[in-house]
Amino acid sequence: MIVGGGAAGIRAAIAAAEISDTLSIALVSKVYPMRSHTVSAEGGAGAAMGADDSPDFHAFDTIRGSDWLADQDAVEAFVAEAPGEIVRLEHWGCPWSREPDGRIAVRAFGGMSVNRTVFAADKTGFHLLHTLFQTSLKYDRIVFYDEFFVTKLLVDDGRCAGVAAFDMRDSEVRCILAKAVILCTGGAGRIFPFTTNAAINTGDGMGLAYRAGVPLKDMEFVQYHPTGLPGTGILMTEASRGEGGLLFNNEGRRFLEDYIPSKMELGPRDILSRAIMQEIEKGHAFEGPYGHYVHLDIRHLGEKTIDTKLFFLRELAKNFIGIDPVHEPIPVRPVVHYMMGGVDTDIMGQTRLAGLYAAGETACVSINGANRLGSNSLTECLVFGARVGRQAAEDALEAVAPPTNLLAELAETEQDRLVGTYLQREGGGERISTIRTDLQTAMERGAGVFRTEESLKEAVEAVSGLRERYSEVAIDDRDRAFNTELVAALELDNMLDVADAVVRSGLERRESRGSHTRRDHEDRDDERFLRHSLAISTAEGAMIEYRDVTITQWPPAERKY
Amino acid sequence: MMSTVGDILQGSDRREVRREPGRVQLTLKIRRFNPEVSEDSWWDEFAVQADPFERLVEVLHEVKWRQDGTLSFRRSCGHGVCGSDAMMINGRNALACRVIVKDVAPKVTVEPIRGLPVLKDLIVDMEPFFQGYEAVLPHLINEEGEPRRERLQSPKERARFDDTTKCILCAACTTSCPIFWGDEEYVGPAAIVTAHRFIYDSRDRGARERLNILSEKTGVFRCRTTFNCTEACPRGIEVTKAIQDVKRTILFDRF
Repeated sequence: MIVGGGAAGIRAAIAAAEISDTLSIALVSKVYPMRSHTVSAEGGAGAAMGADDSPDFHAFDTIRGSDWLADQDAVEAFVAEAPGEIVRLEHWGCPWSREPDGRIAVRAFGGMSVNRTVFAADKTGFHLLHTLFQTSLKYDRIVFYDEFFVTKLLVDDGRCAGVAAFDMRDSEVRCILAKAVILCTGGAGRIFPFTTNAAINTGDGMGLAYRAGVPLKDMEFVQYHPTGLPGTGILMTEASRGEGGLLFNNEGRRFLEDYIPSKMELGPRDILSRAIMQEIEKGHAFEGPYGHYVHLDIRHLGEKTIDTKLFFLRELAKNFIGIDPVHEPIPVRPVVHYMMGGVDTDIMGQTRLAGLYAAGETACVSINGANRLGSNSLTECLVFGARVGRQAAEDALEAVAPPTNLLAELAETEQDRLVGTYLQREGGGERISTIRTDLQTAMERGAGVFRTEESLKEAVEAVSGLRERYSEVAIDDRDRAFNTELVAALELDNMLDVADAVVRSGLERRESRGSHTRRDHEDRDDERFLRHSLAISTAEGAMIEYRDVTITQWPPAERKY
Repeated sequence: MMSTVGDILQGSDRREVRREPGRVQLTLKIRRFNPEVSEDSWWDEFAVQADPFERLVEVLHEVKWRQDGTLSFRRSCGHGVCGSDAMMINGRNALACRVIVKDVAPKVTVEPIRGLPVLKDLIVDMEPFFQGYEAVLPHLINEEGEPRRERLQSPKERARFDDTTKCILCAACTTSCPIFWGDEEYVGPAAIVTAHRFIYDSRDRGARERLNILSEKTGVFRCRTTFNCTEACPRGIEVTKAIQDVKRTILFDRF
């Protein structure tokens, strides 16, 4: 069983279906698969495809980008399998953009030593997701449970044996048993107020695993994308800079020369986001109705290039801020984009709970370490989706079927919980939206681009307080058909757990590394913190443990560009 | 002392304060339906203060989160690429996340898309729509064996089917089609767009099969060229042209 129908989830389903035609594969998703957040990825997918590239270059860029927190065995597997996955997608019909000679085209992206990003115009995630969805329809043994919301992992005798989920059409809880469960539910950007993430990115898989006793790894690392539209947070793709777009401050100066002169606009995302925030602090930014911003200028690329390679970006800018980037610079500012952390897995996607796996943004394998390299996320979904799908399928072929005798009882208990806690609850004065807004405000204030001991302590306090208030949450909608307010309440439960793991992991990491920037601990501290954090659920909130990083060929070095 | 980033962000994110002067009044008239309340639909009105550049889907959220938690609609990406929130807005199909407040204020009417059974409020049963999609074999068909590398495709060949790769499966076209309203057997414009995307892809070998399917009475010849679909498409796909392409191939090309 796969929970989540984005790129990682569908790739896993296809990989499992290819392993054996005797397997029955369930893909459970709270939205129709093509609505998953993969659809929003614009720029491309990184893979060493070009003649001047090699998996080793890709590995080094990834590890340097991660500020040496990535596990190097995982990165080696990732870069080796990446080109094969891109080719597979081509064979399945993905409409990749092409070079004049007919090969798949590559473009430049941030933090890379050579051009390595394959793309399908500037809607790469959209095309990739639709291609995967279309391909999955060929397999009758993949059964879709669309618009089912998973409320709980079923654990039997130390093994994950399926999920409890309700069909949103009638809010009836069903227990679906499985010999293997793979979580592919994406990230949790919605715990912040200003994010590129879809409304559905509420950390559901992370919350499910965490409550089942699986640690969340490296949760303090939250990536800000440097170029989002003020107000809405809509992403202006990194491909705009890959194609030659420039960033200017309010003095008309390419301010990145003060921060990362060797790479300028093609620097990694964490460094660029910090640079923009520092320009804002220095008073070098523009100010508008939606706060401070700098300019992303692509006018010099010309209308023709913009329309062939950045068409969607132009459409978004015109539609949502009324600016045509052919004629005017685009206002942009850093915006929460990606969680490097997630469900702790090994390089096959296996968690410490037998029968439970994870892949994609939900998981932390980890290839992303303290800062993900742009265009690695789509490829990660493909490579680790496929790996975990194969592994889980093989394990499932060996596994004993979970006992069915408890099913009815389990379903009833979970149904009673939903009814008692939400649908028929008396009293309770807290609205979902108030708690959620307060959570987002606390996260931005305490665990934003720059953090301190004090800001993180305040955030820990705030999140605990919100957890208490959550016990008083009440919903208006008491009916069974498409109760999207019930869904929102359960999503908020997941968001609170994820947020707690983020702020407590951040508080304990008293160094600066990648996206985690502590004003009170400005240097990287390999002696103490060349280690993954593991947030473990306890009654008092997350408890933090550490595990060493796997180093193979690339000893820790200063992160220089 | 210089203000910290935290202060600046707090300032900039207190949007309701900073945006106040620019706010406009918007009245939403929404067609409601709840099978647990009544067999019939009814209208509700909500008044909201909104930023003129706000997306309509965010205004619906404002209603849901602050005024009436029972209001139900689908949404995901919020910027027009996931296809969740097609609705009939002021009588025309559109994505709620692509409609900007200033373009519809002071009053907007929101209803579910037509021709599919309504499940609750703005949520319709998408299954008949997806059946049409699946009927045209929406996946690349090529049994020639997979080469080790990618199949080559020139930029010109890639451009041939570019327009119809853009379909987000929002159903805005299909549910604006009068033929589809009257005949649920018709696969509908979105399914034909999907078929088109494969038929004219130089790598695909399934054209004959798809064209046979689309020659049947549930296929392209149901289309009466009303152009509703082209007007409704939020991705700007020339839907009617794609349908005409397929008709022409069936009539004039040997396949």
